[in-house]
Amino acid sequence: MSESVTLTINGQKYSAKKGKTILQVASDNGIKIPTLCHHEEIEPYGACRLCIVEITRGTRTRIVTSCLYPVEDGLVVQTDSPAVVRNRKMLLDLLLTRCSENEVIRDLAGQYGVKTSSFREEYWEKHDCIVCGLCVRACEQVVGVSAISLVDRGIHKEPKPPYLEKARDCIGCGSCYYVCPTHAINMEDKNGVRRIDRWKVEFKLKKCSKCGIEWAPVAQLEYIRKKWNLPADFFDICPNCK
Amino acid sequence: MPSKLKSPQDLEKLQQMLSKNLDAGKSRISVCNGTACRPYGSNPVAEAFKAELEKRGVGNQLELKVTGCHGFCERGPVAIVEPGNLFYQKIKVEDVPEIVEKTLKGETVGRLLFKAAETGKEVAGQNEVPFYRNQTRIVLGNNVRIDPTSIEDYIAIGGYSALSKALHTMQPDQIIDVIKQSGLRGRGGGGFPTGLKWETCRKAHGDIKYVIVNADEGDPGAYANEGLLSGNPHSVLEGLIIGAFAIGAHQGYVYVRNEYPLALKNINIAMQQAEKLGLLGKDILGSGFDFSVRINRGGGAFVCGESTALMASLEGKTGEPRAKYIHTVEKGLWDRPSDLNNVETWANIPLIISKGPEWFNSIGSKGNTGTKIFSLTGKVNNTGLVEVPMGIKLRDIIFDIGGGIRGNKKFKAVQTGGPSGGCLPEKLLDLAVDFDELTKAGSMMGSGGMIVMDEDNCMVDVARYFLTFLEEESCGKCVPCREGVKRMKQILTDITEGKGRESDLDLLKELSAHLKDSALCALGSSAPNPVLTTIKYFLDEYEAHIKQKKCPAGVCKSLIKFSIIKEKCPGCGMCVKVCPAHAITDMGKKKPVILDQSKCIKCRTCYDVCRMGAVKIE
Repeated sequence: MSESVTLTINGQKYSAKKGKTILQVASDNGIKIPTLCHHEEIEPYGACRLCIVEITRGTRTRIVTSCLYPVEDGLVVQTDSPAVVRNRKMLLDLLLTRCSENEVIRDLAGQYGVKTSSFREEYWEKHDCIVCGLCVRACEQVVGVSAISLVDRGIHKEPKPPYLEKARDCIGCGSCYYVCPTHAINMEDKNGVRRIDRWKVEFKLKKCSKCGIEWAPVAQLEYIRKKWNLPADFFDICPNCK
Repeated sequence: MPSKLKSPQDLEKLQQMLSKNLDAGKSRISVCNGTACRPYGSNPVAEAFKAELEKRGVGNQLELKVTGCHGFCERGPVAIVEPGNLFYQKIKVEDVPEIVEKTLKGETVGRLLFKAAETGKEVAGQNEVPFYRNQTRIVLGNNVRIDPTSIEDYIAIGGYSALSKALHTMQPDQIIDVIKQSGLRGRGGGGFPTGLKWETCRKAHGDIKYVIVNADEGDPGAYANEGLLSGNPHSVLEGLIIGAFAIGAHQGYVYVRNEYPLALKNINIAMQQAEKLGLLGKDILGSGFDFSVRINRGGGAFVCGESTALMASLEGKTGEPRAKYIHTVEKGLWDRPSDLNNVETWANIPLIISKGPEWFNSIGSKGNTGTKIFSLTGKVNNTGLVEVPMGIKLRDIIFDIGGGIRGNKKFKAVQTGGPSGGCLPEKLLDLAVDFDELTKAGSMMGSGGMIVMDEDNCMVDVARYFLTFLEEESCGKCVPCREGVKRMKQILTDITEGKGRESDLDLLKELSAHLKDSALCALGSSAPNPVLTTIKYFLDEYEAHIKQKKCPAGVCKSLIKFSIIKEKCPGCGMCVKVCPAHAITDMGKKKPVILDQSKCIKCRTCYDVCRMGAVKIE
């Protein structure tokens, strides 16, 4: 994997390790490409399409998603060409129509000059979820629990708990909440209980035996303890008191 | 069942023996019992033939063959009688004794023959029936000669000799060269050169490789793959084994949509038979080559016809496409090099190996060699499965083979390539039907759907219909397809309901360009085709809907009104009887009926039954 390639991004030459994606190389070199469905700890998925860039190989120019496209020698990349900007604007226009009241989407669309949806008002919807699948992928790839999944197809597709009942395998770790780019997942810790309504789950929080702070769901700590074969009292005190 | 074949000589001997039986001078009746003939009652007809032959005890003089699809589905149930190549159509159980009787006497049942539209005269031979005369049935033609559940039938007509030739006289690279020289391009719609695909897969890094048959044909109105897989499953299997040998794969998959029970049944039988004969499994025909196949049933998602989604589905995951920046021939099923081809592509392989690339090159046009099977449906007189040389004109398919438009109506458009194909107008009827020309015209080959539309079709409504299908079948993974197709459908629906705005056309075009550029897979990037082609070729219809709030074809309910032309109405009461909304009142004989607008649900039934042309659509 040490083999390296030279590519051009926005007119500037860069050398990069073979196997990296355009997005990784751009980000390593401080070139900003907007993303929504991407997280560096999670395998790229290519759903939001926001990271599109224009590439030229030989005589052929086309648009690809930079989070998935592996760098090659001699590749010429434009991250903000007119075609890229035009398509990115339309993506944000479509997302804004879906999530007409979501702050993150409104801000991002605004940055690209999309102040309001091009579509008639009757089409506007008030979703917060953009179905990027980050919550599902984090739960599967990072946590290793797969408590939720993308259910249904097409316009009905959404992350949901199995059988639309409470997510039984959920350990309440909140990874889904932290990775969600549009804050579509609500998580609340109150009166010793963590609630994630989207998955219909509630968890008792563990109290630190020293400082008394309720610092993590019991279920999550038990999951970690068993996985790493830790002693029974390992999580009795919180990380701050350790 | 013959015993296991352990060498090319074993196969040759068996073939000689079986083909002798074939030419034993018996008369033969081939009854189609394909998927399309069954609803017309072909099963009882086939049973009646069996019973009649038994009753008369004439099995040694007259052989019955119950076969797969013959293609001329419009006239089903159909049968071919040899000698004479007689084509009988619309056969009923009652006709069976007479057919048997006359066949034994060497006579013809005139009333069951096809009648030429121009002359009204009976046409005896299948090859003279215009529907068949103008076709080149190299792939489908064998359907009428074999019982698809009999490997002996397939071997008798030379089946598996291409496999024997490939395994024993050719090197894998030589096979790939032959396929490359033939110019065969993928019949699933992409049109990618098959030989090149095989070569890349053969050269790809890794010991374990897979070959896959894509039989997830999901286009509305298309059933060419079904007709082939259920009618001649061994031809597909033989092609697959040859491909596996050339590529270096030892495991194959057949991915069949579950809605094709007959195809599933027949390919299952074919596999079991091939295995018993040593044509599948370990040491095929004594060559040392091992290959086995598994069948997977599709769960009914249109998107699983897309190669990466199909592979995800095979892996037991949700059928979602992924980006193909690393091709599936390098990293496909379970990240192994995988070669996926359409049913029809595989079925062409044994023919090319047997007859040579030059023969294949002599059919079709330059860059588009061979034939293509189309499912000809819609407002055309002769619907069915049609196999034509590539490069043939649309006009020849629709008018010569298809027999023109039903009810002497006027041709309006033909949609090729399934739901995401384009609608081509009359002025393009002389377009050559091949991968490149169809794409240039804004449509595509797809897997061979061909839907003919007449003056009664509203092109805005047609675009809305196909976008509705695509919205339902989008996997929902990427934003352009999930959100873009949905908005396009909403705009089209608004236009058909009289709520269209002048700016809508620009917005539709912008969205279309966006989908072509940015969608993840071909389903999304080709979804705009029905919209773009209808705007391009039928702009006047869009403008009529948007500006004048009128539907010229009289289809869009919000924009039309039904009324009775008093002078033409004789008061026969036909419309009164059929009106489901009781909106029409009979005023007595010779007095025109009265239509109550407030009750009319615009179902068009009165218009369709009125023989006097007294119902007006405005």
